[in-house]
Formats: sequence, structure tokens, C-alpha cells
Amino acid sequence: MDGLLAELLVPFDYDYMRKAIWVSALVGGTCAFLSAYLMLKGWSLMGDALGHAIVPGVAVAAILGAPFAAGAFVAGLFASLAMYVVRQKTKLREDAVIGLVFTSLFALGLLIASMRPTAVSIQTIVLGNILAISDEDIVQVAVIAGVSLAVMALLWKDLMVTFFDEAHARSIGLRVTTLKIVFFTLLSACTVAALQTVGACLVIAMVVTPGATAYLLTDRFGRLIGISVALGVSTSAVGAYLSYFLDGATGGVIVTLQTLLFLAAFVFAPRHGVLASRRRRAAGLGETREAARAREAIQAREAIQAREVAP
Amino acid sequence: MSMLADWITGPLAYPFMQRALVVSLLVAAVCAVLSCYLVLKGWSLMGDAISHAVLPGIVIAHVAGLPLVVGAFAAGLSCALLTGYLKENSRIKEDTVMGIVFSGMFGLGLVLFTKVETDQHLNHILFGDVLGVSVRDVIETAIVAGGTLLVVLALRRDLLLYCFDPGHARTIGLPVRVLHYGLLVLLALTIVASLKAVGIILVIAMLIGPGATAYLLADRFGRMLAVAVATAMLSAAIGTLASFHIDGAPGACIVLTQSLFFGLAFLFAPRNGVLARRRVPAGTA
Amino acid sequence: MNAPVPTDRLASPSPASNVVPGTPAGPPRGDGILVDRVSVTYPNGTTAVRDASFALDPGTICALVGINGSGKSTVFKAIMGFVRPSAGAVRLCGMPVAQALKRNIVAYVPQSEDVDWNFPVLVEDVVMMGRYGHMNMLRIPARADRAKVDEALERVGMAAFRKRQIGELSGGQKKRVFLARALAQEGRIILLDEPFTGVDVTTEGAIVALLRELRAAGHVMLVSTHDLGSVPDFCDQVVLLDRTVLAAGATAEVFTPENLQRTFGGALRNFRLGGAALHQDADRRSLTVLTDDERPLVFYGDPDSDGEGRT
Repeated sequence: MDGLLAELLVPFDYDYMRKAIWVSALVGGTCAFLSAYLMLKGWSLMGDALGHAIVPGVAVAAILGAPFAAGAFVAGLFASLAMYVVRQKTKLREDAVIGLVFTSLFALGLLIASMRPTAVSIQTIVLGNILAISDEDIVQVAVIAGVSLAVMALLWKDLMVTFFDEAHARSIGLRVTTLKIVFFTLLSACTVAALQTVGACLVIAMVVTPGATAYLLTDRFGRLIGISVALGVSTSAVGAYLSYFLDGATGGVIVTLQTLLFLAAFVFAPRHGVLASRRRRAAGLGETREAARAREAIQAREAIQAREVAP
Repeated sequence: MSMLADWITGPLAYPFMQRALVVSLLVAAVCAVLSCYLVLKGWSLMGDAISHAVLPGIVIAHVAGLPLVVGAFAAGLSCALLTGYLKENSRIKEDTVMGIVFSGMFGLGLVLFTKVETDQHLNHILFGDVLGVSVRDVIETAIVAGGTLLVVLALRRDLLLYCFDPGHARTIGLPVRVLHYGLLVLLALTIVASLKAVGIILVIAMLIGPGATAYLLADRFGRMLAVAVATAMLSAAIGTLASFHIDGAPGACIVLTQSLFFGLAFLFAPRNGVLARRRVPAGTA
Repeated sequence: MNAPVPTDRLASPSPASNVVPGTPAGPPRGDGILVDRVSVTYPNGTTAVRDASFALDPGTICALVGINGSGKSTVFKAIMGFVRPSAGAVRLCGMPVAQALKRNIVAYVPQSEDVDWNFPVLVEDVVMMGRYGHMNMLRIPARADRAKVDEALERVGMAAFRKRQIGELSGGQKKRVFLARALAQEGRIILLDEPFTGVDVTTEGAIVALLRELRAAGHVMLVSTHDLGSVPDFCDQVVLLDRTVLAAGATAEVFTPENLQRTFGGALRNFRLGGAALHQDADRRSLTVLTDDERPLVFYGDPDSDGEGRT
């Protein structure tokens, strides 16, 4: 028994594991905060796009020895600008525009990395490498997460109103455009942080899944944020811890945990889960008002038809 | 002139470059055809999702001793089906569900990959290994890509109608569900066929770029298909050759050449390009 | 020969009876809403509204009437500062729009289609959003704010539903929630976008009664509607819109068949019954029904000078 316990505590003996756990938790919590908004607006593709689009910036920064975040920021800015221009000037659907821009930038990042393999580790960019994060990078990530959390704590209600009903937000004097810019700036910054933790391909999970899981568990936005952040923090910390036993792949472990929790919520959530709705349907209470009205309309029409046929 | 000829023939003196070129051209053609439908239907994220989701399938197939193609196909398709099921049974938006499912599967794939001893190189799965394809790989790719291409071309009108107006397609008696899942199956097959050439991450670019470029250049679907295939194959050839000369990743070079074509179309397209519009006096709209 | 209208509409009160006692005589001076020669041109070059002018005083309910694409929503957007007029100016309670929005003067009741009914907010959360403009930066509700929310919910009869998620309500209840939000906001100017679509008759009556109370309290209400039948019931002013203001003023003067024909062109169905078809005797009065397939508008009286009265 003692042996098992000792073994479970081994990861905490290592400095790099302790760092990985708390940094992952911080990043996971911050991304989860933003995920509450992102998943409600159907902007998941944006999260994925940002995660990929900053790769060339990161690669160039690595070659020049510039800070990680600076390169990412420039690339993210360029991506947003390119998407905006193409969107304005063509009739292409938004998803195609986003897809086009981010895949092109990602390819550029790969090309740069393939030409300078010693300076840039493509593996690190795509898969993240929180276990080997440097102290400077920890400072960067901590600053990003701290500032993001502080701003969100101040503005969460304003952002909720803005994303729920923009017209009303304006009518009560909120600066809607500024708020949106702030939100997307924070999102880009958190994408950079998430990139270091789980890698470009899994950033989308960090900024979507915890919020969606929480959405299945509550109908109140405040609680949704609370649940989401709790999920983000716990899955990231536990994932980083478990990855010690699973030979790395921290990002994969964190995201797998998040997805499993989502599936659990999908099945077992008290009101919005599959089991609950099946129970309600069995009890005949699962009918929504709309469904009831539609059913009544159909019955009425059938009655009329029956009457018409009868004579 | 001879410099250009050297630029082209030089790399092709190597057999591995010949094979790479053939595979790239095949993959580019089939992806281009699919991309026209995806761009019109707004399914860019679907291509993104399925391509990421094949990773666990590849790993599991490897463990089970099955052909990797089978595992990849099964995983890609189950991603699409799972997305559909979760969407139907919850109030979460479709793109969110898709993001959750494919990132979850990709994450699982990574975890499995690190636990399994394989001779596969992760980078080759992610980014392709077109310079290392064998003759057998070329034949496999040709069969999958050729089959997919034939099916799409045979069904092209039905698929177009489905993408354009599913309601109408239903009313005139087309099997809409079959078309929906048929398109998903074709998409999964295309991604599987592209594994060797560009890998699962860059294939998304191949599934969006040519269609978007052609959309700017053609007003009719038949022409759109032709333009997409033409630009994609040209990009594949240029990209593959360029990668040899600059010693860069071939997949990335192909994708960037495609992006370049999109940029040219964006600026110079005869009717929809930025410059063409500028010539039209403002205010007539 | 049955007239194709429900008979109770025939007995609708004449517009003249709608004039609020105590309103000063003479044309409105625009102390509530003043739209002064406003043109709006969108970036793509289309001019949605050209040279539109109208003025409304406090204590007014005004209908904004026009077909789809006539610029109703553009006028709303201009009043709420969503779009900047390319010419002319909007003044609200004598202030420029930006200042009025900061002072929380404008409340907006959105169209049902514009709301994401799956958003995780409860009825009381939505109404509380009306109070945000009155709160501090962190939007923490004070006791006064809670009291206003309670009062607003009471007034629209939705207090019993306060813990429901907004998607679980019927069409009429949803409308009342947003009306309650406008009440809680205590805006002097209330904009209502198609308040009667998808609403049952009881709720419509309740909304109209509430609007009358608000008018008596000195609020200005601008109601965009294509439900012509109800306009003379409760609106004392009418603005007819077709990319510019065709006519504006007291309902009795402006809301005439000729003006409506001009506003709607061929988009309206027009029935006129007169003479033998309507009366047994030699009564010259005729019945005109205008409808766009929603609620019909009925005019009954002497035919106009164009002398279509048949014997």
C-alpha cells in the first residue's frame, strides 16, 4: 500500500513535473473561461484556426531567438487581417475563408520548420511540450493567463450581454466593438499559451470542450463559467500528472480526459443528458412546448382531413 | 528555357521524385474535386475534423495488424457519425461538437501512439512522406483515389443538388441521407488516400484551397470542377519540384503553391477579383 | 357575401380617440426622438434610407410601417448608433445618440428570430441585464436593482417563470420577458422590433395595455410592425417608410388607404366592398380591407373623392 502511494507521489518529486502541473492547470483554467463564450457562438473553427495560424510566427521567433509570444502575436494579427480582407472582397463562405487562411499559414510554418530543423522543433509546436517548458516561457504563460483571468473577471458580464444581445448591449452604453476586440485578443493570447501546453492541433479542445461540457450541466451562465473553469483546471492538472506515467504526450492525455468528461456529461447530465431525456420521454414529459404545438397542429389537420373524407 | 527544363527534369531523374510526383498529382486531383463540394456546402470544418480523427484509427490498425487504410477510414467515418449523433441529441452547436470529437480522437491517437511501439514515424503520419513512397504505395493511392474520383464524377449532379438545396433534392426523390453519408464516406476515403502524400494535417488545405480558387474563377459548377483540378495538379507539380530545389517539406510546398494560386485569383480573377472590381465604378451596386 | 374579416375588427375605435388627453396641440417637436434628414449608406454602396425625417414627443406610441427592405431596421440601427448616418442627425431626448446611449435612455426589444434561445440564461438573468447600465463596473446588482427586476417581472406577469431558461417559454412569454427587460432598464425611449409576430391574442392585448401605461408615463415608443390591423388601435403617430419617409404624423391623418397603397405598392391585397354588395339600402359608405396576409386593416366610411361609390 505504501509502495503504491509512494509510486503515485513520484511525479511530485520532480521539479519539472510540479511546474508542468501548475502551468497546465493555469492555462487550462484560462482557456476554459474563454470556452464558455466561444462554444455558444459557434466559433469553434476560430479557435482551431488561431491555433494553427500562429505556427509560422512561432517558428520565425524560434529562429530569431525572439520571444515565443511576440512571433505568435504578429502571425495571429496577420491571419485576422487576411481573413477579414478575403471575407470582405469575396463571396466565399466564412468557414472556407478561415480554413484557407489558417491552413496556408500552417503550411508556411511547416515549410520554415522543415528548412531549419535544428532551430525549430516541429514536434514541439504541433504537439506541445509542457514537460520541458523553460522558465522564461513559464513567465510568459503566467503573465498571459493572469492578465486574461483578471480582464475576464472584470468583464464577464459585459461580454455575456454582448454575445447574447448585441443591440441591448449597445443600448445600455457598452462599447461592443471594443469588447469583442478585447475578447479576441485574449483568445489569441491564450491560444499561444495553450500551444505550449497541448500543441497546435489540440488548442481547439482547450477553448471549446470544457465550456460545452458545462453547458450540458447548467442553464445559468455564471455557473457555466464556474464549472467550465473547474473542469479546465482539473483535467489539465490531472492530465499533466498522468502523462508522467504515460511517457509524455501531455496534450493528448489532457484532451482525452476533457473529451471523456464531455461524453460522461452527455450521457449522465441531470437535465440535458441522453439518459435524462430518455427518462422524460418514457414518462411523457419530454415533450417541449414546440413539439407539443406541432403535434397538436398535426392532429388538428388530421381531424379536418378525416372530416373531409368522411362524407 | 533550358534552365526551366533543367528545373523540371533535374529532380525527375530520381525515381523517388517520379513516384512522389505521381502520388501528389493523384491526390491533388481527387482532393480538388471534393473541395468544390466542401466549399459550396460549408463543410470546411468537416474536412478538418475527419482528417484529424483518423489518427487513432491508424494506430489501432497498426496494433491489430490491419491495413492502415482500413483503420483510418473507420476512424474518420466514426468521427462523422459520432458528431452527427451528439448534435442530434444535445443542444450544442454542430461546429462545437465537431471540434470536441475530432480533438478528442486526435488526443487519444497521440496517447495511443506514445504507448505503442511502431515503425511508423509520427511526423510521416502528420505531414506525409511523399519522398519515401514505394511503388506499392503509388498503386494503393491510385486505386483509392481513382475509385473515389469515379464515384464522385458519376454522382456529381446529385451531390451538387444536395449541396445546393437539400430540401429540393429531397422533394425530387433523391436519397438525401445516402448522399449525405456518401459524401462523408468519399471524404474519408480521400483523406486516407492523401495520407502518404501530405499527411493528415495538410490534407485540409488540399480540401479547401482548390475549390476556393475555382469559386472565384468560374461561375458554373462544371467549370469550377475543371479549374479546381487544373490548379491543384499544377500546384502539386510545382510544389513537389520546388521542395526538391529548396529542400523544404513537399506537402507544405504544395499547399503554399495552392495558396499562391488563390492569391492570384483573388487579385486578378476576371469578374470577381479585387482589381476587376476596382475597374467597375463604385456606386453602381 | 361575407366580408373576409373578423367582425370585431370593424368595431375598432376610430384613430381620433387615441389622442392622449393633455398632449400639446400642434406638430411634434421631437423632444423624444428627432430624426433629421437622415441618410444611411452602407459600405457596399447601397443607400438604405435617404433623407428621412420625423419627430416624436414624449408620451407617444409611434408605428414604423413599411415592407421588408424599406429601411425599418436601418432606422432602428441609426437610432441605436449601430450605423452612422452619412447625412443628417438623430437626437434622442435632445442629446446625440452616443450620449443618450451612455445615459441608458434607449431600451430595445428584439425580434424573436434575433435571439439565441438556447443561451444559458434564466428569465431573471435577462431582465437583470436591463439593469447593467445602472450598475458599477463589476455589474453586481444592488438591492434596488433586484427590486426593479421583481417589479418588471410582476408587471408583465412573468414572476412565476423567473427561474426558467428562456428557451422553455412560449412565444408570447418570451416577448414579455424582453419587455420586462426594457421596463427594468427604465429607458425613456423604447424600440420594439415586430413585437406581435408569433404572439397570441392575450399577450398582444397585454403588451398593448402596457404600452399605453408607458405612454401615459411619458415614454416614447417606436414600434416597427407590418401588422397593419393593430396600428390604429394603439398608435397615435405613424411613420410610413419606403427607403425614405413617405409620410409621418398623427395616425388619423397619415394612416390612410392612399398612403398605405403608396407604401406597400403591390405588396398589399386590397378588397373594397361597397353599395349593394355591402348594404341593403342606398348607403354610400364602403368597406376597404388592406392586408399583407397578416392582420387586415379595415376602413369603413364614405368613399373618397375619386368617386368609386357604386349605387
